[in-house]
Amino acid sequence: MADKSSSNAYWAANIRLIRILLVIWAVASFGCGILLRPMLSGIGVGGTDLGFWFAQQGSILVFLVLIFVYAARMNKLDREHGVEE
Amino acid sequence: MDQYTLNLLIVGATFALYIGIAIWARAGSTSEFYAAGRGVHPVMNGMATGADWMSAASFISMAGIIAFGGYDTSAYLMGWTGGYVLLAMLLAPYLRKFGKFTVPEFIGDRFYSPTARLVAVICLIVASVTYVIGQMTGVGVAFSRFLEVDKETGLYIGAAIVFMYAVLGGMKGITYTQVAQYVVLIVAYTIPAVFISLQLTGNPIPGLGLFSTDVSTGQPLLATLEGLVTDLGFKSYLSQSDTTLNMVLFTASLMIGTAGLPHVIVRFFTVPKVADARSSAGWALVFIALLYLTAPAVAAMARLNLINTFYPNGVGEATLSLAEIEAGTDAKGQDINWVNNWAKTGLLKFDDKNGDGMIQYVGDKDANELTVNNDIMVLANPEIANLPGWVIALVAAGGLAAALSTAAGLLLAISSAISHDLIKGAINPGISEKGELMAARVSMGVAIAVATYLGLNPPGFAAQTVALAFGLAAASLFPAILMGIFSKRINNKGAVAGMLAGLIVTVVYIFLHKGWFFIPDTNSFTDADPLLLSIKSTSFGSVGAIINFIVAYVVSNATEDTPQEIQDLVESIRIPKGAGAATGH
Repeated sequence: MADKSSSNAYWAANIRLIRILLVIWAVASFGCGILLRPMLSGIGVGGTDLGFWFAQQGSILVFLVLIFVYAARMNKLDREHGVEE
Repeated sequence: MDQYTLNLLIVGATFALYIGIAIWARAGSTSEFYAAGRGVHPVMNGMATGADWMSAASFISMAGIIAFGGYDTSAYLMGWTGGYVLLAMLLAPYLRKFGKFTVPEFIGDRFYSPTARLVAVICLIVASVTYVIGQMTGVGVAFSRFLEVDKETGLYIGAAIVFMYAVLGGMKGITYTQVAQYVVLIVAYTIPAVFISLQLTGNPIPGLGLFSTDVSTGQPLLATLEGLVTDLGFKSYLSQSDTTLNMVLFTASLMIGTAGLPHVIVRFFTVPKVADARSSAGWALVFIALLYLTAPAVAAMARLNLINTFYPNGVGEATLSLAEIEAGTDAKGQDINWVNNWAKTGLLKFDDKNGDGMIQYVGDKDANELTVNNDIMVLANPEIANLPGWVIALVAAGGLAAALSTAAGLLLAISSAISHDLIKGAINPGISEKGELMAARVSMGVAIAVATYLGLNPPGFAAQTVALAFGLAAASLFPAILMGIFSKRINNKGAVAGMLAGLIVTVVYIFLHKGWFFIPDTNSFTDADPLLLSIKSTSFGSVGAIINFIVAYVVSNATEDTPQEIQDLVESIRIPKGAGAATGH
């Protein structure tokens, strides 16, 4: 078992990472796909605008990147804090 | 070879494969039955999760909904994929570390309360059973169309096949069968899309073809489509007509529901390590994205082909005539037999209201003479585009793979909740492993019988039940699990009160709009004019989730602190070290 202070630091780092990635998650989907679409309407993509692309494809690609970034960063954190299996 | 024989051959071959795998991978222990002995590679697990997750709703229904709804329906695309980000970061790794078999088991242990476990079992069973009914109905419809049997016979065949491999194989059988089903469904979805994308845009990748130039007009494909739908008086394909509030809440409900559905969560109990649970969620999304990036292309192209079929000479020119539909060829000599084929199922209807011998397809409801059920778009798509017979048969096999794999995963979640959480956890803790396995199989059989019965006599709520399943999972299970991991302060009373509040408020809101217990005409409101602001009943799950969070927080803070051993438990699930094998006994 890792000692208390190390596991606290590990958890804090995990929360920090989750917070950053979830902000990107929300900006890509709820932001660019819905709320910010009017602001992005000037940027054309194949017969429509960037907001439409984010809503139908872009957000999915962002989600993919987010999960693999999280998995890789956490593997590194696990090792740094000595809590890996 | 005629289409019927082709369908039989290809669907039969895929089924033989699934059953063969189920027999080969028969489960011998409860650990293998529930969690495949935790020996499943993350990539394989991701693929199986993809098949498990993508049901008849994703395969058959979603592109059709987008084809007719356009931008407004993007919530399905974002919602049903964005949930995996939540799963990977907020739930999966910690539940794997916890190392038990079922979602109610986690809730019961973390909130040190058999009541909490029982409430979780109820949420799980209601959400999963309603979801299975939709799948069984889908199986029945697909069989009846492609094997040319009546709907009841189709349903019985489907139920028998689900029973065979789910009951005999358990999770291990299901996991490997689902890998095969994933391959079948993704090939079946992609091949016709590639053909159609090549025909329309010359681009072999449908997801890119969507944003490419339509070779017949020289305009971007989406601009061509937008021009046609607006000329015909339909609602715009590209711009937003739903309210922003409803769109945001609907997207959030589908995301949270995805992360809260027990048959998806349980997949992450089957990987060897905590780190694998994280990457497994990523792989699952890779395999899901292959279909979801293609779906909007299938949607737009199917709509375009549909309009072009009825306006062979372009909008503003003569439309398709009844004589041409009868003959199965249009004025240009194109084969349009698909119109008649689908008219037979009653899912496509035309009615020459003005008696001019032509079928007008326009946005104005009084003048429009063609109604197309959303759900036939994907299945009819290869026929509309005049693709070869084997592609049509393949799409049938893919639709069935999607429906059957999800039904099996849901049945497993139901049976383990009953045998493991209800019988072993509450009624008879001393039950032997063999007895528990038997109870799991019996409850699976009962669940199939119930779902088949309700599928035979559909209470008329196939689409609503899917919304209810998501709303329930979002409002009840997801917040409880999330708070159990990320807060030490939420205690037994808070969790139970939160789950019940979220569940009840959501159920009541849905019943107010869809009728009490879905009995028609007992509703007080409609989704067109909902009770609260512009929030439709399908979007209410995220409001239920917020209520759940608030109630749990307030009640927990007003009552005693959680015991020390529970705080230690939370500490331990937060770090991967020492996960080891499952300890369900």
